[in-house]
Amino acid sequence: MTFFDLARRNVSRHWLRSTLAVIGIVIGVIAIASMGILGNSIGLMFEEMVTDVGDTIVVYPASGSGTMAFTERQVSDITRAAGSNRVIPFASTFDTVTVGETKSGAMIYAIPAGDIPFLLDKEAGTYPRDTGAGCMIGSKLAENSKTTGLKLGARIKIGSDTLRVTGVLTERGMGFDINPDYAIVVPYRWYSNHYDKDEYDQVIVKVRNINDLDAVREAIEEKMNRREDVVNVMDTKAILESIFEAADSITVFLMGIGAISLIVAGVSILNVMMMSVTERIREIGVLRSIGTRRNEVMRMFIYEALILGIVGALIGGVLSFCTGYLMTAVLVGSPDYLYNIKSILYIVFGMAFGIVTSAASGLYPAWKAAHLNPIQALRHE
Amino acid sequence: MPVIRFDNVTKVYPLPAGDVVALAGIDLDIEEGEFILVMGPSGSGKSTLLNIMGSLDVPTSGEVTIAGKQISRMTDDELTLMRRDHIGFVFQQFNLIPLLSVVENVEYPLILRGRKSGSRERAEEVLRSVGITETHFTHKPGELSGGQQQRAAIARALVNSPDFLLCDEPTGNLDTKTGTAIMDLIAQMNREEGKTVVTVTHDPRMTAYADRTIQLVDGRVV
Repeated sequence: MTFFDLARRNVSRHWLRSTLAVIGIVIGVIAIASMGILGNSIGLMFEEMVTDVGDTIVVYPASGSGTMAFTERQVSDITRAAGSNRVIPFASTFDTVTVGETKSGAMIYAIPAGDIPFLLDKEAGTYPRDTGAGCMIGSKLAENSKTTGLKLGARIKIGSDTLRVTGVLTERGMGFDINPDYAIVVPYRWYSNHYDKDEYDQVIVKVRNINDLDAVREAIEEKMNRREDVVNVMDTKAILESIFEAADSITVFLMGIGAISLIVAGVSILNVMMMSVTERIREIGVLRSIGTRRNEVMRMFIYEALILGIVGALIGGVLSFCTGYLMTAVLVGSPDYLYNIKSILYIVFGMAFGIVTSAASGLYPAWKAAHLNPIQALRHE
Repeated sequence: MPVIRFDNVTKVYPLPAGDVVALAGIDLDIEEGEFILVMGPSGSGKSTLLNIMGSLDVPTSGEVTIAGKQISRMTDDELTLMRRDHIGFVFQQFNLIPLLSVVENVEYPLILRGRKSGSRERAEEVLRSVGITETHFTHKPGELSGGQQQRAAIARALVNSPDFLLCDEPTGNLDTKTGTAIMDLIAQMNREEGKTVVTVTHDPRMTAYADRTIQLVDGRVV
């Protein structure tokens, strides 16, 4: 029998009250942990969707500059500014394509045939040549077009011309430059002949050494924007950073909501503890008069708050794991995000926050109990 | 040396309407083994005297020496340890801790002193000596009769071998027969174990037990 034991007995003496207080903590811990997990999973999802990890610079016409597309001359200026790094200009359009009897709309990317292998990986077939009438299709497009017969070797009619599918691309995910998964990739020369165009929409620069990224970016800006802003340059590193920042602030915001519910739970513990002190004033008087010191009384009540907090945090931790599983599985689509170390840390953080909140809520009632005047407390009815 | 010595003790409670003098210069010596009765009408300062003797309060002026220690300038912790180690309290309301079983209530002061091994045996021994049957040891205080609760409370007061027992109306909540039995028990502790006893009471029948009766009127011994 110790002070902890006394605290434990008092908690179980008022089991309904204690249970309600524990439920408050449980909800708070779940809220904080699952919000953290949700935010983290969103971040992880972004990370997975973005294939390029920061080695790409995208150059596009500056808005309001009068430049709508890049001429060959401008492209070669950019190429010069980019030094030894590979520069891949491309154009894109949307057009009606016919496969067999089926007509549908599709995104078309036109890239110089020689550059395609440096930008896109193939899953099957071969890359098209500049001289032939070949094209490649995105992996998702191929997957979704089984019924229409759009597959390796099929013939696609665009306008009056016919292209043969020479290859299928590997799935690339969401990119900042081009998104070829649902698109058709044609050699630029064919595009230029077919649509009678000789300009490029954007230019992609693949930077070999990631440390050169800023230097290359500056060189391009300096070269192109000498008199007025002709181009805008964005690098994926900066975009990635801003996306992760956004994901982080989503996490913080969601956890803030969780924290509020935990603070509410803390107030309920404070309330329970105040009740516990008020109805035991006489008992405290007895304990003090037969020789229990102030800090011992204080300890007893803090233990009481801690018991509520720890029980709540443990139950909350287990339930957060379940909630986290459900949430990542349903909302984000993959429970794997839960097994990420950061997600687990959010559960631990939620539990710790719950325990600390409980202990903090117990401090004032405990202090109050310890500083009761024993004579008055003894007389209390 | 006396167990309790009051040397010109006054206690004044400052109130907005004017100071209330609860004790006005009390001189008192209580020797070891004495059975002292403190009597007096309400408002005579009995409770204040009891609180100061019990180290629950300190005098406004004068000096109180309990078990050889002066309590006037003691800190709260020192007063608490004084109560724990030197004084056994018996209350009118029994005041057992409802969370603890009878034997745990008696064991509690031992645990406060940090005694772990043998504390249960010591508690049981004291309980038997005040006449509680073993079947009642593990009951909660509320399941016992008033007389038995007061016996358990006396056991709790005795378990740390205090220098004296301080009883505040120990029979005030009991019927005459049970009250007499409790007084007999206290008297027995005084006679057989030589325990010093100070009892505050209204009950004139108790004078029969006491070696000496101190009459308080308006904060003075008469």
